[in-house]
Amino acid sequence: MLRLSKINKYYAVGSHRLHVLRDVDLEVEAGEMVAIMGASGSGKSTLLNILGILDRYDAGEYWLGDTLIRDLGEGQAARYRNQFIGFVFQSFNLLPFKTAVENVALPLYYQGVPRRQRNRTALQYLDKVGLADWADHRPAEMSGGQKQRVAIARALITKPRIVLADEPTGALDSKTSEEVMELFGEINRTGMTVILVTHEADVAAKARRTIRLRDGKVEPELVARAS
Amino acid sequence: MFSLDRWQEVLSTLARAPLRSILTSLAVAWGIFMLVVLLGFGHGLRKGAESQFADDAANSVWVFGGQTSQPYQGMPVGRRVTFTNTDYDNLRRIEGIEHLTGRFFPGSGGRPFGGERPVRVGAKTQTFDVRAVHPDHLYLEKTLIAAGRFVNDADLIEKRKVCIVGIPVAEFFWHTTDVIGRSLEIGGVAFEIVGVFNDAGGDDGELRMIYVPVTTAQLAWNGADRLNALLFTVGDKDIDETRELLDRVKATLADRQRFNPEDPQAIRVRNNLEQYESFQQIFWIIEVFVSLMGVATLIAGIIGVANIMLITVKERTREIGIRKALGAPPLSIVGTIMQESIFITAAAGYLGLVAGVGLLSLVASVVPENEFFGEPQIDLRIAIYANVILVVSGALAGFFPAYSAARISPVEAMREGT
Repeated sequence: MLRLSKINKYYAVGSHRLHVLRDVDLEVEAGEMVAIMGASGSGKSTLLNILGILDRYDAGEYWLGDTLIRDLGEGQAARYRNQFIGFVFQSFNLLPFKTAVENVALPLYYQGVPRRQRNRTALQYLDKVGLADWADHRPAEMSGGQKQRVAIARALITKPRIVLADEPTGALDSKTSEEVMELFGEINRTGMTVILVTHEADVAAKARRTIRLRDGKVEPELVARAS
Repeated sequence: MFSLDRWQEVLSTLARAPLRSILTSLAVAWGIFMLVVLLGFGHGLRKGAESQFADDAANSVWVFGGQTSQPYQGMPVGRRVTFTNTDYDNLRRIEGIEHLTGRFFPGSGGRPFGGERPVRVGAKTQTFDVRAVHPDHLYLEKTLIAAGRFVNDADLIEKRKVCIVGIPVAEFFWHTTDVIGRSLEIGGVAFEIVGVFNDAGGDDGELRMIYVPVTTAQLAWNGADRLNALLFTVGDKDIDETRELLDRVKATLADRQRFNPEDPQAIRVRNNLEQYESFQQIFWIIEVFVSLMGVATLIAGIIGVANIMLITVKERTREIGIRKALGAPPLSIVGTIMQESIFITAAAGYLGLVAGVGLLSLVASVVPENEFFGEPQIDLRIAIYANVILVVSGALAGFFPAYSAARISPVEAMREGT
């Protein structure tokens, strides 16, 4: 489903270059749920941005399905993000002035789906995360867990190839975290590929596989878990 | 680009900060308002100035006799040049002259102006200007015949004692303008009124006037065959063609009167076309200046919009980042911002346009038209320009903010404010 080979990424910091990702190789099968762990500064955010086509890389290859993601123009990158990737963020990143259903429908707006149709679809996805009753509420009226579930519905609405979650429970209490992770588990069981970035071990424990990053390298002791 | 969805996005964004939207609109509306008002008043000023030219044909040339300042063919300096009917006949043959007339001022003794004569009807006597002219004079002064007719060729040939009086003359003597067939005495000679005239310029001095056939006047007031001035129009010739024609006229006159055609004093020329064009130029400059002030005001408004849009973009950085992460193409981001900006300038601009036009019509209805200030108005062309300027300026005002919005990196944008 997803293959990174010898990905290298540099950041220019002042006059010298910072080597943030060093020869990262990574393969994720369709339907897998993978956790990426690492200390801050290990390069895990950069890796996630590259996976999410939000950032470019300097060397190597990134295959998403049968599509080579490299040197894309802004427009093409936006299109691929919209079609292939569902994002879930630590801070939810919902638009505060839009209702839950409008937030969920937003990715379809950029696919040119007519308003009525995309709102109907959005309502179905809200129902899947158990928030059909909250469709017309704005994010400010919801709890953290509810907001994150809206964000998950939004990530799923385009039927992406992968769902990328960046510290999805980072802003939630432990009980809500558990519920949200439960939801990710359910999504994964429907066959969706899920990649989580986290620094919490118990969150990573829900994943079938954990990849550890240290100083921009994938740690060799790759822990494969029995599923 | 103009989908319903996009409009909803734009309008909801504007509605989120109503006070700001209104203040921004005011800046643009004010700019357009000033532009329209200044252009309108500039136009009015020009109209007023042009009306001063209206009583004389703008394409006319007046030639008066002068005194030679150079010896020529054995003739001495200081010789007076006086035109005669022969000169008139000679000019008649010059191609390019549209309308030609001589002028003879009874009792002027050859001076270029003058011609005031006592006019008597019954016991009433009053002094009026008397001009003896050819039939074409009608076109030179843009004389409007209110009743009857002007001097014609038969009058000249038969030296008829007929005259055409201005409306004030008729009203002075008879308190009516219905005076055709009545007679009056000019300097002791009786004339029959065959026409009453008005003047395009509406100048009272031009109306307190009596026209008589040139041949009659020459006979009646001992004018022999003298003419004080020769006036002609040049049709639609431009300045250069007019000068060229004038050279031929000078040569013709010089040849018969035997003066040096290069002598600047021998005859004096008033070229109305040249005056008119220099006048036009002055008003063109005024209009340009006034427009520049209007445009400058408008630019201030546009900069205001651009500024506000930049702030808006800054405030919405996070939102734009989220949208980009979800797959909003840069074009969509740019398009939304531009549309917002064009919408706000166009909508506000229309308000300014309407207010400006409203003020102009108000002024036009309150202030009577006079010679300094014609009806202030703004023609359709300017309204169309204003529309184009609005849309273009809205696009410009939106471009830089939109450009900066499109460059926002989604990763960094979403980090903002978390």
